[in-house]
Amino acid sequence: MITVVLLGRLADLGGAPTLSLPAPLDWAGLQAALPPALAEAVKNSRNRIAVNGVLLAEKTDLHAGDGAEIALLPPVSGG
Amino acid sequence: MRDIRLLDQMFLPGLLIGPFTQANKGMGGVCTFVGEVRSDTGVEALELSHYEPLTLPGMHGLADRAFARFSLMGLLMVHRVGLMRPGEPIVCVSAAALHRRDAIDAVDFCMDHLKSAAWFWKREKRVGEWHWIEPRDQDHSDLARW
Repeated sequence: MITVVLLGRLADLGGAPTLSLPAPLDWAGLQAALPPALAEAVKNSRNRIAVNGVLLAEKTDLHAGDGAEIALLPPVSGG
Repeated sequence: MRDIRLLDQMFLPGLLIGPFTQANKGMGGVCTFVGEVRSDTGVEALELSHYEPLTLPGMHGLADRAFARFSLMGLLMVHRVGLMRPGEPIVCVSAAALHRRDAIDAVDFCMDHLKSAAWFWKREKRVGEWHWIEPRDQDHSDLARW
């Protein structure tokens, strides 16, 4: 399984802070496996993706195997 | 002295700044910024969430860049996560240097990056409902100064 961690408002869209999806996942597989509202949101260039704590330069670089953690990261607002 | 922390409990900035200042013997000056939850009308609480694998490493990377860019003797960077009430401190950045400009600019630099380029997500509770806070255009133009 792959754990998908949803940050910020994406957790509201997903209805939970994490999801479990069957491994493996690439970019097309992730979009197909996510609930429709989240799948739409992750396509937005403002929302970034990290795999095992490493930010992806291009979402099409996504390749996640069993036990991986994918984080879906909306625009930040700190301080 | 370098002290970079994420805290999930309320902190008293004075208790951090005092020892930090003492630890940088021979410095010429120290500059400190403390950000607090504003008492805006209707705001009952503020919650900051973070992503463990990115947030603290990102703050260390920011500290590395501040040390590379300014002549610093020390840098303290402390950021809250979790639930906060109006009046509670969220962030404290303090820089010690031989000369004031390095200390002042390093704090300004770190704060602009913490506001819009660090891995935090902020939401406010107003009249019983949570609202996510979007980054403001001003935050991005502040960042572009560097």
